[in-house]
Amino acid sequence: MELKTNSTAGTMESSDIMIMLEPRTEGGIELELTSSVMQQFGKQIRKVILDTLQEYDVQNAKVEAVDKGALDCTVRARTVAAIYRAAQRSDYRWEV
Amino acid sequence: MYIKDRLRRSMMFIPGNNPGMIRDANIYGADSIMFDLEDSVAYTEKDAARLLVYNALKTLNFGRKETVVRINDLSSGLGAADLEAVVRAGVQVVRLPKTDSAQDVIDCEREIERIEKEAGIPVGTTGMMAAIESANGVLNAASIAKASDRLIGIALGAEDYVTDLKTTRSDGIELLFARSMILNAARAAGIAALDTVYSDVNNEEGFIAEATIIKKLGFDGKSIINPRQIEPLHKVFMPSEKDLNKARAIMDAIAEANARGSGVASLKGKMIDKPVVIRAQRLLDLYEAGRRIDEVED
Repeated sequence: MELKTNSTAGTMESSDIMIMLEPRTEGGIELELTSSVMQQFGKQIRKVILDTLQEYDVQNAKVEAVDKGALDCTVRARTVAAIYRAAQRSDYRWEV
Repeated sequence: MYIKDRLRRSMMFIPGNNPGMIRDANIYGADSIMFDLEDSVAYTEKDAARLLVYNALKTLNFGRKETVVRINDLSSGLGAADLEAVVRAGVQVVRLPKTDSAQDVIDCEREIERIEKEAGIPVGTTGMMAAIESANGVLNAASIAKASDRLIGIALGAEDYVTDLKTTRSDGIELLFARSMILNAARAAGIAALDTVYSDVNNEEGFIAEATIIKKLGFDGKSIINPRQIEPLHKVFMPSEKDLNKARAIMDAIAEANARGSGVASLKGKMIDKPVVIRAQRLLDLYEAGRRIDEVED
């Protein structure tokens, strides 16, 4: 999915994660993650963000993520919201 | 798949864009969890809330709780997208807000059916409930309640309703007609009648008084906005020891009469007629269902 503009999704509240996306034309994905549970779950949060970006074919972007203890499903929901907002699209893929 | 007839003493609203509350929704003991995509979500966050609720429904385990999503109404331009997400995510019941007529229910059902077909979900899997929030809706309650086989119940949404009536919420007298209409419409259709929220969460006395009134009227339960309201609400709906003993004595007398081969049963010299038996059985069923659910929660 082609990103057209900077976007943000999520909040800084407990159990949430804020994802900020910045489109790039090259250089792959640069992910900067800060988390209140970095020691225990940093690796897993990074994986969910990167897997989601890959699933939506986002190849180049700067991603800044500030995590406040979000569950995987929240990380995924916020990442997808940021992708669609940056792509300025609304043709979501809802699956059973 | 939804269950048509089940215990719905408490239906707890969870703001659809609040991950912390969604995560904890299961632990408080409400009979139904109602994720809200409508009034509690800012217009600019509708997309994010929809994605959050969709992912939560697909991933988290809500145990034996009923899952409900309050969608935006179809005329807002948001409701159809809400349905695309939550029907595919497998929500048990869709709560349709601002239902003014049977046609609103029919339109929503048509969308749900289309999505179920497209997604390969068996048609009829998703249940519905309709919230009535206007004078027009109250007057049409009887036809709304019978507008779809998917309806599990109809509910009163009082804030919009009292505004439409040109009054405000006070001691409940302003809601008497709407509550009576909704209750009768629900019973005539054989579905649940669900009361509106009580917004002043710090006034437990007022909340219990309101819950007591709606239980006396015949409602199945109430929408709530705070976990603190669950326990007092369930207590109101729990039959008293005295009522339980009376119901058990009635059922014992019936069993005894049946064993004797007699068609007529009596208790303390008074004949027990059919409505008395139905009420006694219903009270025992309510007690048993409530006891089982609340004990599992403990």
